[in-house]
Amino acid sequence: MARRLTLTGNDAAAEAMRQIDPDVVTCFPITPQTELMHKFAEFVADGDVKAEMVLVESEHSAMSAAVGAASAGARVMTATSANGLALMWEIVYIAASNRLPIVMPVVNRALSGPINIHCDHSDTMGCRDTGWIQLYSENAQEVYDNVLQGILIAENPEVLLPVMVTFDGFIISHTVEVLDALDDKDARDWVGDYKSTYSLLNTDEPATFGPLDLQDYYFEHKRQQIEGMNNATGVIKSVGEAYGKLSGRAYGMTENYMTDDADYVVVALGSTCGTAKVVVDEMRAEGKRVGLLKIRSFRPFPHAEILAGLASAKAVGVLDRSVSFGAPGGPVHKEILAALSGTGDATVVNYLYGLGGRDISLDHIRTVFEELETLAGKTIPADEVRFIGLRG
Amino acid sequence: MREKSWREIPIGGIIEDAGNAETYETGSWRTYRPIWDPEKCIHCLACWIACPDSAILLEDGKMIGIDYAHCKGCGICAFECPDKISAIEMKIETDVND
Repeated sequence: MARRLTLTGNDAAAEAMRQIDPDVVTCFPITPQTELMHKFAEFVADGDVKAEMVLVESEHSAMSAAVGAASAGARVMTATSANGLALMWEIVYIAASNRLPIVMPVVNRALSGPINIHCDHSDTMGCRDTGWIQLYSENAQEVYDNVLQGILIAENPEVLLPVMVTFDGFIISHTVEVLDALDDKDARDWVGDYKSTYSLLNTDEPATFGPLDLQDYYFEHKRQQIEGMNNATGVIKSVGEAYGKLSGRAYGMTENYMTDDADYVVVALGSTCGTAKVVVDEMRAEGKRVGLLKIRSFRPFPHAEILAGLASAKAVGVLDRSVSFGAPGGPVHKEILAALSGTGDATVVNYLYGLGGRDISLDHIRTVFEELETLAGKTIPADEVRFIGLRG
Repeated sequence: MREKSWREIPIGGIIEDAGNAETYETGSWRTYRPIWDPEKCIHCLACWIACPDSAILLEDGKMIGIDYAHCKGCGICAFECPDKISAIEMKIETDVND
């Protein structure tokens, strides 16, 4: 039986964590993630969960404690945002390299400076090469669903990689939405118990964790990580299908919204996809063949779904909410160009928007579609970036 | 020893065999070699306590030599040996005749 709830995105993540009831949760507050862990701390204080909550003195320690607990064989979660993620940086790589299936909601926020607490994707896009799986969420419902699925994806023996479930700061984290949640028994049965292959605490089969790894084996271990990430694509799909059977909400690598016959397609991640869908619906009603390609899994990157979603497109507008300074276009744009390389002649246009929480409206996205109509067939230099909502 | 492929080793850099440092010989790293004089040694075992590589060899509670297959030549044993005894002397490896 589903339960219909009204929750903020932060509380939706905390609700999923309550049902998962991890062995260990490590925590350091940072806006806009703070309320997520505040809510989970309430569950701990009220005795609703058995999780060991470890309050630490920095995010570097939060991820270090998570790595330690996961090495001991625990199911571990933490959460952060922006500068907190930046402070974790060193250990974020180690969590992935040590193949520890930690699941971490990241509430997207602009990195300083100048200091800003609002949404953009500079934090998680900056760590797209850390070896973590990255699932982007469109709304509170997806936050809840992605956290529950993240556990099964991370802990799959063919994957064993940590998962970031990202959602837009304030736009999702602090906005109350209606969502459907599983009942506790279904959620518990869904995540089941975690049995790690190795454990620091297993003195019967002692093992060494995180040793020095030089010219002779480091490369082999990186190859294994590549394999785990490659395997994640199939696992994300199968977990998404299974979750669909359980909840009625199936998930894939992307959501290709009205793209099958679309001439003009916008590619985006996160809450902007909800805005874009409204525009697509409006323009479809006007007879325009437009669509949205929503990237849910940015790592691993959904090549097959991108190709399928853009197969009919004459022009594609790629919306980036972070800058890759000095690079030709934003991180999403570069990867779309790479995916489309050699496949056809769709015009690809890069749009930079929403930095530091700058709003993106229905009109902005309609303007993008209208611009794509005029640009179809033209060659756009890869380093040409258009700005949405920036004062000239 | 044949080096294994990425398909044959545990993931994440895990080492499954406990205590396998013994099979990894680090003696070739040595620049200075500790030379032990059994005539001077009083078997206080200060060197045995301090040696970071467990390279001081004992038998029946008494020192019987140095494990050169593992000794990295750090010199802690010579430093810890009481000044009045000085039973261990560090010599440049290339100057020592085997």
